[in-house]
Amino acid sequence: MLRSRSIAFVKSLSIPKRSFASASPITEPYSGKKNANGNYTVTLIPGDGIGPEISESVQRIYQAAGVPIEWEPVNVTPILKKGKTTIPEEALQSVRKNTIALKGPLATPVGKGHVSLNLTLRRAFNLFANVRPCKSVVGYKTPYDDVNTVLIRENTEGEYSGIEHTVINGVVQSIKLITKEASERCAHYAFNHSRDIGRNRVTAIHKANIMKLSDGLFLEACYNVAKHFPDIHFDDVLLDRACLHIVQDPARYSDTVMVMPNLYGDILSDMCAGLIGGLGLTPSGNIGRDASIFEAVHGTAPDIAGKGK
Amino acid sequence: MLKTFVRTTTPILAAAKKNFPRAVSSVVTPSDTSLLNTSKYGGKYTVTLIPGDGIGQETAAAVKTIFKAANVPIEWEQLDVTGYTQEGDLLFKQSVDSLRRNKVALKGILYTPISKLGHQSFNVTLRKDLDIYASLVIVKNIKGYPTRHNNVDFAIIRENTEGEYSGLEHQSFPGVVESLKIVTKAKTERIARFAFDFALKNGRKKVTCVHKANIMKLGDGLFLNTCREVAEDYKSSGIEFNDMIVDNCSMQLVSKPQQFDVMVMPNLYGNIVSNVGAALVGGAGIIPGANIGREFALFEPGCRHVGKDIQGHNTANPTALLLSGVMMLRHLSLNDFANRINNAVYQTIQRGSAKTPDMGGTSTTTDFTLAVISNL
Repeated sequence: MLRSRSIAFVKSLSIPKRSFASASPITEPYSGKKNANGNYTVTLIPGDGIGPEISESVQRIYQAAGVPIEWEPVNVTPILKKGKTTIPEEALQSVRKNTIALKGPLATPVGKGHVSLNLTLRRAFNLFANVRPCKSVVGYKTPYDDVNTVLIRENTEGEYSGIEHTVINGVVQSIKLITKEASERCAHYAFNHSRDIGRNRVTAIHKANIMKLSDGLFLEACYNVAKHFPDIHFDDVLLDRACLHIVQDPARYSDTVMVMPNLYGDILSDMCAGLIGGLGLTPSGNIGRDASIFEAVHGTAPDIAGKGK
Repeated sequence: MLKTFVRTTTPILAAAKKNFPRAVSSVVTPSDTSLLNTSKYGGKYTVTLIPGDGIGQETAAAVKTIFKAANVPIEWEQLDVTGYTQEGDLLFKQSVDSLRRNKVALKGILYTPISKLGHQSFNVTLRKDLDIYASLVIVKNIKGYPTRHNNVDFAIIRENTEGEYSGLEHQSFPGVVESLKIVTKAKTERIARFAFDFALKNGRKKVTCVHKANIMKLGDGLFLNTCREVAEDYKSSGIEFNDMIVDNCSMQLVSKPQQFDVMVMPNLYGNIVSNVGAALVGGAGIIPGANIGREFALFEPGCRHVGKDIQGHNTANPTALLLSGVMMLRHLSLNDFANRINNAVYQTIQRGSAKTPDMGGTSTTTDFTLAVISNL
């Protein structure tokens, strides 16, 4: 009796469904339910600049295609709360409820101490992995026509930890933070994603010959996770080699899922976008523990906003 | 000292300029290195040669053969250091001493183990210990070797001694590692001045600072602001200055590489950009590089790949090391020899009779070497 009570107690704690335990997937498949009209509810964050225009166009196309989605547009214009700029509670609630959102670009005002809204969303929903597929678009001619890369970027730490200080005038230390937990979580997602899209190969990109401890830890985490996925081939490549190879012959990476720390992911994903003709053509998914947010990676383009371009 | 920089106007050079405008190896590097310090005995310079791991032995042999055929007055002091074994350590110390004596070295790339227990990168240690602070890589299309992009011609100047390669790392708690990136005003100012001097002396018009100051506000912020300050000093000479965030830069590089002229950046970004750049014009095999310090000059391939996968196949392209050697000859004011070898290399590539596998041919390193000699 005691046992059954304790089980009931544990159940009542509402432990997050997505745990990091070794072999189980961290992110569950989307488990949203259709509403009374037979549609899925998805939060829509139109965003700034060209955001409203492109969101409108998405809505019309999805409607024409008969996609069973009901949009729930929310406003994320920052508000002041306890002296801090933050996103309205309503928007947070909506994403939390639907666990899935489509987002347009958000402008980050350049100024001191302003945390970008993108970063706020990332923190609010523990969006730990960024998925960036890049595929050559037929009919859009670039020097490269054989690009088909998938890149997963650790999204919460690394060079973007934001820990920096001036030691003495003219000497600055920036700390790159790598933790086993975040690295394994990201690697996990990469292996699962690789399996989902049928690639069966994962490649870690790192610079562990120079940053032996930090990138070494990331690499070690990847190797640890790889043990749980015997059906998926795992290899690792140095950052410089990867850059050289992708730009010389992108086809070399068309059967693998690349996984890497934050900064490298930032640079390589934009580079891959460059190969196929720019950021306007690349989608991106932010996978998180509490929700997933999908977005275009380009900026707000205020120069062409409202002109129907 | 200024003699080093003055471009000779011998007919050979004039002809070379006509054929190969702003050829890779005619670049003039701004440096404080005094030639009086280089060891020259009996009319010959002694130069440290570190072939390095991977394809190093093969490409170094090609360079030695070609330099000998051209009667270059250089005596090599060869040290076969390797990054693969522990014994490499003593030999490495000897090569540092050798470089200290000779002031000038030609070097391949040494392997660095990925293991935590492995030694620190010899390549990085060498640059740091001897304060060889500026890395210069020229990315330029070569006539007769078409690639996906045309009219690419830019110089990458990379800070070599600090930044992400500081080697300062610690585990603050099991499973939590901190790695320090150090940016100092003094070293940034030095590299920025190098970049502007380089632009000035080589008739280039624009310097682009590559950074990530939107995220690393202090670290890269210091780098960017220092570059801006230095740019003020060069305003009157008409050199344009702009800056670009590194992710945008890598995207621009693969879509519109023609917009770049001289680029200056911290250590890690240099690693990325030089490899992206190399891939634009044909790969690691053809990109030469120079590392310039206050006292010492170290010439090595710009892309810094060991090339373990093609080691011992006699298929390596020696162009990168050869052109690095040509840059070295210019550094030693051996301009006539430099021009002869430079033209021979470019002619060999342009004729396309001895293309190595990386250039889409089937010739061996030996074939290429002989072809260069026949074009001397």
